[in-house]
Amino acid sequence: MENNEVLKKVDKNAFKRIGKNVEKMEAISRPNLTYWKDAWRRIKKNKAAFAGLIIIIVYVILAVFGPLISGYEYTQIDSSRMNQFVSKEHWFGTDELGRDLWTRVWRGARVSLLIGFISTILNTIIGGLVGGISGYYGGALDLVLMRIIDVLYGIPYLIVSILVMVVLGPGVSSLIIAMVIVGWIGTARFVRGEVLRLKEQDFVAAAKVLGVSDLPIIVKHILPNVMGLIITNLTMAVPKAIFNEAFLSYIGLGISPPECSWGVLAKSGVKMLRIYPYQLFIPSFFICTTMLALNLLGDGMRDALDPKLRGTE
Amino acid sequence: MDKILEVNDLSFSFHTYGGIVKSVRGISFDVGEGEIVGIVGESGCGKSVTAQCLVRLNPEPPGFFESGSIKYKGQEITTMSEHELRKIRGVEIGFIFQDPMTSLNPTMKIGKQIEEIFIQRKLYNKKELKEKAIEILKLVGISDVERRYNQYPHELSGGMKQRIMIAIALVGNPSIVIADEPTTSLDVTIEAQILDLLKDLQKKLKTSVILITHDLGVIAKMCDRVLVMYGGKIVEKGNADDIFYNTKHPYTSGLLCSIASLETKKNEELEPIEGTPPDLFSPPIGCPFAARCEYAMEICYETIPQEYKINEEHSTLCWLEHEYAEKVTLPCKKQYEKEAI
Amino acid sequence: MGKYILKRLGISLLTLLVLITIVFILVRLMPGDPFASDKLTPEIRQNLERYYGFDKPIIVQYFTYIKNILNGDFGYSMKYINQSVNTIIADSFPYSFDLGMRGLSVSISLGLVLGIIAALNRGKTLDYMSVIIAIIGTSVPDFIIGGLLQYFFGIKWGLFPVAQYKGIEYTILPSIALGFYTLAMVSRIMRASMLEVVQQDYIKTAKSKGISNFRITAKHQIRNAIMPVVTVLGPTVASVLTGTFVVESIFAIPGMGKYYVQSVQNLDYSLILGMTVFYGAFLVLANMVVDILYGVIDPRIRVAGK
Repeated sequence: MENNEVLKKVDKNAFKRIGKNVEKMEAISRPNLTYWKDAWRRIKKNKAAFAGLIIIIVYVILAVFGPLISGYEYTQIDSSRMNQFVSKEHWFGTDELGRDLWTRVWRGARVSLLIGFISTILNTIIGGLVGGISGYYGGALDLVLMRIIDVLYGIPYLIVSILVMVVLGPGVSSLIIAMVIVGWIGTARFVRGEVLRLKEQDFVAAAKVLGVSDLPIIVKHILPNVMGLIITNLTMAVPKAIFNEAFLSYIGLGISPPECSWGVLAKSGVKMLRIYPYQLFIPSFFICTTMLALNLLGDGMRDALDPKLRGTE
Repeated sequence: MDKILEVNDLSFSFHTYGGIVKSVRGISFDVGEGEIVGIVGESGCGKSVTAQCLVRLNPEPPGFFESGSIKYKGQEITTMSEHELRKIRGVEIGFIFQDPMTSLNPTMKIGKQIEEIFIQRKLYNKKELKEKAIEILKLVGISDVERRYNQYPHELSGGMKQRIMIAIALVGNPSIVIADEPTTSLDVTIEAQILDLLKDLQKKLKTSVILITHDLGVIAKMCDRVLVMYGGKIVEKGNADDIFYNTKHPYTSGLLCSIASLETKKNEELEPIEGTPPDLFSPPIGCPFAARCEYAMEICYETIPQEYKINEEHSTLCWLEHEYAEKVTLPCKKQYEKEAI
Repeated sequence: MGKYILKRLGISLLTLLVLITIVFILVRLMPGDPFASDKLTPEIRQNLERYYGFDKPIIVQYFTYIKNILNGDFGYSMKYINQSVNTIIADSFPYSFDLGMRGLSVSISLGLVLGIIAALNRGKTLDYMSVIIAIIGTSVPDFIIGGLLQYFFGIKWGLFPVAQYKGIEYTILPSIALGFYTLAMVSRIMRASMLEVVQQDYIKTAKSKGISNFRITAKHQIRNAIMPVVTVLGPTVASVLTGTFVVESIFAIPGMGKYYVQSVQNLDYSLILGMTVFYGAFLVLANMVVDILYGVIDPRIRVAGK
């Protein structure tokens, strides 16, 4: 016990009893992070997701201002300048009617992005409300709603969209209706599942026991917990909606000329592929990078908002 | 009694986003043949991490050994390759996990999960494998074994699943079984059954057991020797009698005062230990228990105490044993209660 | 298990009935006129309308239609004179089915392999490569992939034929175009699921038994990780199916998708109706098979459905 010899030299006063230290008793030495702070920290660290966010912002800005700065109208036909390759006058070249492709690409972006975001947001709102109410209140209402949803869920989404488009005729609002009419079902299903799961959790039971009424429970306990999932789901659904618009326009049902969207541009691009491949490549590049950016952002949000992954690298 | 497992100055930490969490900080203990050693402590005190270190089940990385050694029958565990570890796991050291609900593969039949231990080693043919599995199922007290053999985990109750976990841990005939809170997620009545089974099998098979729990009642019922862990350190160790009747660490004493027993009088108040254990993200520089300790002295906040031997088996990590310290008698179980426990 | 299948079957049939009804109503609501042609005198026109039963009340038309479907009779096309819908489907479906099966089988098997490889090599080059492939795959629409493949491999480098469907070399480009998205999606889901399963307690149990990593991966991890992939197989079949609409028209394959797109553009009522019901039945059936498959793979579902 050689060590003991050393310790004997310790000041005797140090052995005065001072007892508990209430402050240190509950001390938490880790940095305190709220859910949203932690999510934002992680999304900033995720370079791919951040790049995705920036690409989307740039495209939105170009969709608004792009058509204005080229000096051409998107419908302006010029038979002396058909199928011209990229040049100083026409930054993306011209199409088979001599229309300026730069103007048309950003005009198309406006339509495609608008449809993508609006239809997804509508889907989320409708699906979230139906799913949320059904899940929270349960009972007969839930039973009926879920049976309906079970049956509707099996119906092929795009086929119904196609038929609705045929009935309503081409146009932006028909496209949105066609996508929302069955699109909300998926959201409703998953929101209901989440709400049902959360409703059973002890913290909700605790709130109920304390006499908290339904509205504060929904706003304070349920909503914050499903919000992350809903936002992630929304981000992931936007590229799908853009894709569906492009698909419908591609088979000739979405947007009709002279109005244009990315799907319309891709369709005429494929037609001219053998001779003027740039007419497909240029709009394709923007479709693909938009989808890529949204997918990366969605992935990043999913990781950032997953409560299970909190505090990890 | 031969020592089959010796742990010396073991430290194990994890990398996390904010820095290093020191889960186990320089602990030493040993396990003899046929002995039941209990490790007791609050959640987050490092007992599960310690247990998993013994067969290297902690994920590495982010986990890593900072120092120390674990010797199993002379073989060093901390530096073993995956391949060498496989020869230890299951057949030399078995493991029973805390939650039988999630610890069995939901898509594999019970029988298969038991036999799997041998399949790797190609020791038996199909028929022998089944015989082995049936035999161990009977041994852990499962009736209707033929049917259970072909069932999936979700078709069994919690208690039955834990029996299966015990079967899996024992079927390889290991020298040591590590049971990490084996009864925490079970009903009290089932808990007693499982503990009886464990003790019974331990006697029959002469296996050593390391039993991890937060429940001193379980320790009293089962263990020969006890390690009390707090803040990643072993604050007191000794044989069960010393720990219960000659308590030398205020934390152990606090634990003893906070549990109820049949002898607790109607108006007698249980005394909880106030506060929470320290966050091992940046452990306090002094004694980890100082902030919650009513006997704490100035030095406790400044310097980690050294180990004081009370007798050959019994030692404690507390400044109160220092000659300068004011002598106190810590409350503990009184001798006359001994038979009652 | 029997009861579980029966329940799925019930829901599937109901779904199909709802689909038929929706399609019937939508088709009747469609604007335009399939007989709009200068060559038709009003008299012939009336005869045609009577022939197709348009002069009867809509509810009668509906029940006649249901009756005919139950008899397996989809009626006659309004644009392809003298061709029954059944013949058109019978002629074109084999092409689509062949293409779809090729696309599906290749993409699912490759997707699974890619996802597993990525998860096992988490954070390493192989992982990044497969993640990149997956992200590209989910970001590039099939009509663009189809167009690019056709341009580079067909026109520019002349490696594969650019159109038609007459032999194995004709099937390669369209199958890739059709399956790329599915491949990407399957590999993404499989990767995520593998990484989730590896953290489960039962993997630790398996480890504590001293089983080799290979066996843990093969017997414990993959088997459990594959469930989420099975759940998306239903929607996957649907997306491959709609993919054929585009891919067949790019590669000029005389499959059902091409006819479907044309019938929609021509307002060929009976062809739209017939093909939609056929597609619907096919998808509902595929979904049911997937549900049953799921029950086979996950023993827990079987009991829940009892």
